[in-house]
Amino acid sequence: MSTTPAAASRRSWWSGRTAVIGIPYLWLLVFFLLPFLIVAKISVSEMETVTFKDLLTLKEGVLQLSLKFSNYVFITQDDLYFRAYVASLKYAAVTTLLCLAIGYPFAYFMARARATAQPLLLMLVMLPFWTSFLLRVYAWKGLLSDHGWVAEVLVALGIDQLLAAGGMIATPGKLLNTPFSLVLGMVYTYLPFMILPLYGNLAKMDLRLLEAASDLGASPWVAFWKVTVPLSKAGIIAGSMLVFIPCVGEFVIPELLGGPQTLMIGRVLWDEFFSNNDWPMASSVAVVVVLLILIPLALFNRYQAQAQEAGR
Amino acid sequence: MSRALFGPRAARTTARTWLVLVYAFLFLPIIALVVFSFNDSPVPGVWEGFTFKWYAALARDREIIAGLWLSMKIAFFTACGSVVLGTLAAFTLNKYRRFRGRTLFSGMVNAPLVMPEVIVGLSLLLMLVSLQRLTGFPERGAFTIWLGHVLLGMAYATVVVQARLQELNPQLEEAAMDLGARPAQVFRLVTLPMIMQSMLSAWLLTFTISLDDVVLSAFLSGPGSTTMPLVIFSRARLGLNPTVNAVATVIIVLVSIGVIAASYLIARAERERTRAMAAARREE
Amino acid sequence: MVKSQGQAYLQIRDVVKDFGGVKAVNHVSLDIQKGEIFALLGSSGCGKTTLLRMLGGFDLPTSGSIVLDGKDLSNLPPYERPINMMFQSYALFPHLSVWDNIAFGLRRDGMPGDSVAQRVEEMLKLVQLGKFAKRKPHQMSGGQQQRVALARSLAKRPNLLLLDEPLGALDKKLREETQLELVNIIEEVGVTCVMVTHDQEEAMTMASRIAIMSEGRLLQVGAPGEIYETPSTRFVADFIGNVNLIDGTLAEDHPDHVVIRCQDMTHYVGHGITGHQGMDVSVALRPEKIRLSRQEPTGQYNKVQGKVRDLSYFGSYTVYHLQLGSGQVIKVSQINAERHPEDVLTWDDLAWAHWSDSAQVVLTQ
Repeated sequence: MSTTPAAASRRSWWSGRTAVIGIPYLWLLVFFLLPFLIVAKISVSEMETVTFKDLLTLKEGVLQLSLKFSNYVFITQDDLYFRAYVASLKYAAVTTLLCLAIGYPFAYFMARARATAQPLLLMLVMLPFWTSFLLRVYAWKGLLSDHGWVAEVLVALGIDQLLAAGGMIATPGKLLNTPFSLVLGMVYTYLPFMILPLYGNLAKMDLRLLEAASDLGASPWVAFWKVTVPLSKAGIIAGSMLVFIPCVGEFVIPELLGGPQTLMIGRVLWDEFFSNNDWPMASSVAVVVVLLILIPLALFNRYQAQAQEAGR
Repeated sequence: MSRALFGPRAARTTARTWLVLVYAFLFLPIIALVVFSFNDSPVPGVWEGFTFKWYAALARDREIIAGLWLSMKIAFFTACGSVVLGTLAAFTLNKYRRFRGRTLFSGMVNAPLVMPEVIVGLSLLLMLVSLQRLTGFPERGAFTIWLGHVLLGMAYATVVVQARLQELNPQLEEAAMDLGARPAQVFRLVTLPMIMQSMLSAWLLTFTISLDDVVLSAFLSGPGSTTMPLVIFSRARLGLNPTVNAVATVIIVLVSIGVIAASYLIARAERERTRAMAAARREE
Repeated sequence: MVKSQGQAYLQIRDVVKDFGGVKAVNHVSLDIQKGEIFALLGSSGCGKTTLLRMLGGFDLPTSGSIVLDGKDLSNLPPYERPINMMFQSYALFPHLSVWDNIAFGLRRDGMPGDSVAQRVEEMLKLVQLGKFAKRKPHQMSGGQQQRVALARSLAKRPNLLLLDEPLGALDKKLREETQLELVNIIEEVGVTCVMVTHDQEEAMTMASRIAIMSEGRLLQVGAPGEIYETPSTRFVADFIGNVNLIDGTLAEDHPDHVVIRCQDMTHYVGHGITGHQGMDVSVALRPEKIRLSRQEPTGQYNKVQGKVRDLSYFGSYTVYHLQLGSGQVIKVSQINAERHPEDVLTWDDLAWAHWSDSAQVVLTQ
């Protein structure tokens, strides 16, 4: 590193640069990265009564490294874990697609509404978002229970028969604790996460592009698919990642609204930790979950970085 | 979009219908919660008369009130910690284009936004336990919950503050330096006032997130540190409980007042601004 | 008005700014005198803004030095330089009133309250914004904001004032008024000023000396008249104003005149040039120096016939595009001195263009 007066004074200008970068960086390293490394380590340790054994032990003067991969082997062999992983990915994917199907038109209509109405529309979307999500999921328990409003409406319309036929609920009339109630709850909870980035993207779109498309002979339908949708790709990806990734590991909603048919990996992890007290097992499950979401996670990170650059 | 298939009138109707239906979907549970908090029946499904007894029960419910108090305290400190760390992180990402490990930093800041909470909770807990075995500190309790919440809150705060920082004219900071302000003064006198509003939003956002958090709190709490969401969660698992409805209504009312008031104030400030700018232009 | 005696007030010595292999500023040296208004003129990417930023301290030179009033400033941060800048976007602090904006720099110096107040009042009076002291920037029009920015940058009595595209954000009408106002204020205050612009008119109206920059280098430095009437290279001749560049060969080389043979015409230039017979040269002839007539003018040189291929009417003057025998088109501009002239040239008319023997500039680069 040069020590010319130029370099020296340059370094002193934004003095505190080290602090500004360093403090959050250190925090994240200690409380985010380090825990992951520890989880990885524990996943290959032996469980010892209350807690886990160290990997490196000194036995008769000899350093012993005991790695226990049996947890991972167990995961791949045991049907329960495999099914739970698959179910998690499946439900997360279904939720994402439904959120997209409902949320995209919603965001689109919001963005194309009168400019004076948009702040109000946005506020109305934010209002449920700011209200406790736990309470709203709990409310669905009431709405879908035997005499709940929604349950009664669905039974009256005969929709429960359809759902039973499709395998979404076990028996007609019982809508709670089924795949149906689970997906409903997840779509409900994560819908705002899909709507907000989409709205942000669509609202900023230059409408003159559509005028140009129309001028060049494209019908509104064609213009939508060839201009609007491609331009909103970033919003679609952001929204989808904001829904899919957390859904995979979701715990509260399956616990309150799911049932025996809908074992998701979040529940498995929780049970391994709290009920079985098997920390290495829970850790192994966690590691596999992280590996599963690694690719969407990388995608999301790249989108965030791009959005930060674009905003410059 | 639907303008293509039908006429403009049909397009507007589709749009309005879709918006109304989805809003109804979003608000339905909230309305149900409020309605059934006044229901004179232990079973929230069936209406059996108007009563305030659940609110009375709520006032006597020491567990929930203790939980609420604890949650508010944790949420307050979470919000403060998140805003401080989030602002630092936002600055880092905004100002310093090249430093070693920037991609890792950016990844770590953004990840808690999407990482499933069971993963974050489990890993943080295991680390804290390891730490405890080595140093006897920290004990699981409010402090450890705070640590987890700040980790999550920091991610949100960074997004909010960074969005604002990007909007700022970089020449403003240069102008301040040009006029003799040293970097610390530039931050205090120019940058901070301009990001103040976004820092406030970040504060409120992280406060709410902390107040509402279940999973992280469950992993990181200790004996005697049961937060309100944990109380509600354990009751909700067992079944339906109208006292929960009462709590819910209280929260809903408070949040609604807050959100509506904030939106109104922001909208009014915006209108004043546009009016002032138009007036200035006419004067020219 | 400007005396150049001995040491220049601002010395820019062989400054280079390297951005990872690309030299945005490539060995630039300039001497700027105290009290003059100096313009850096060039198109975007030529390095003028980078140079200005280095004067202000927002970028550090890769090599070279900047000396102001005898002091080497090259590595000082902006807040330690006795220099102030008026930014292109004005950069007024939106959360502060006009009064506080102007007072900002004064307060950073630790000036006592009443001195600050006195100085701010002075500046407000200078830019005629006394009534607007309490207003915030967004409550003011673009022109008013610019005056606040100017007042703010002059408040600390800087040794050097930097202007970054000062009139860029204003519309044409306002620009003309503001140009003169700005110069008057700067001259009244007497501060040395360096400005950056891509607008030729702005540079020529406002500055006492101009430096033309391209690709990080200086091409020519001089007073506006010098640069316009005596460009040193083809690039400069073409860059400033409109010009006809006609290639030819030096046919006769005499100490007091030269004859240049071009494809369509022969030039007689009434002064000697440094060169040798047979050399390739370009003759630069400005459109307004050429006269048109239907009859062939007398004389052997400095005339050519062509056909009016195009004409552009600008109200106060018309530019004729005359196509010559070889196909080359030259531009001739004529002032429309009469409201209803008798003989007006129109498309496809034949006309003779002619000029004096001092109208040309001979260029070898």
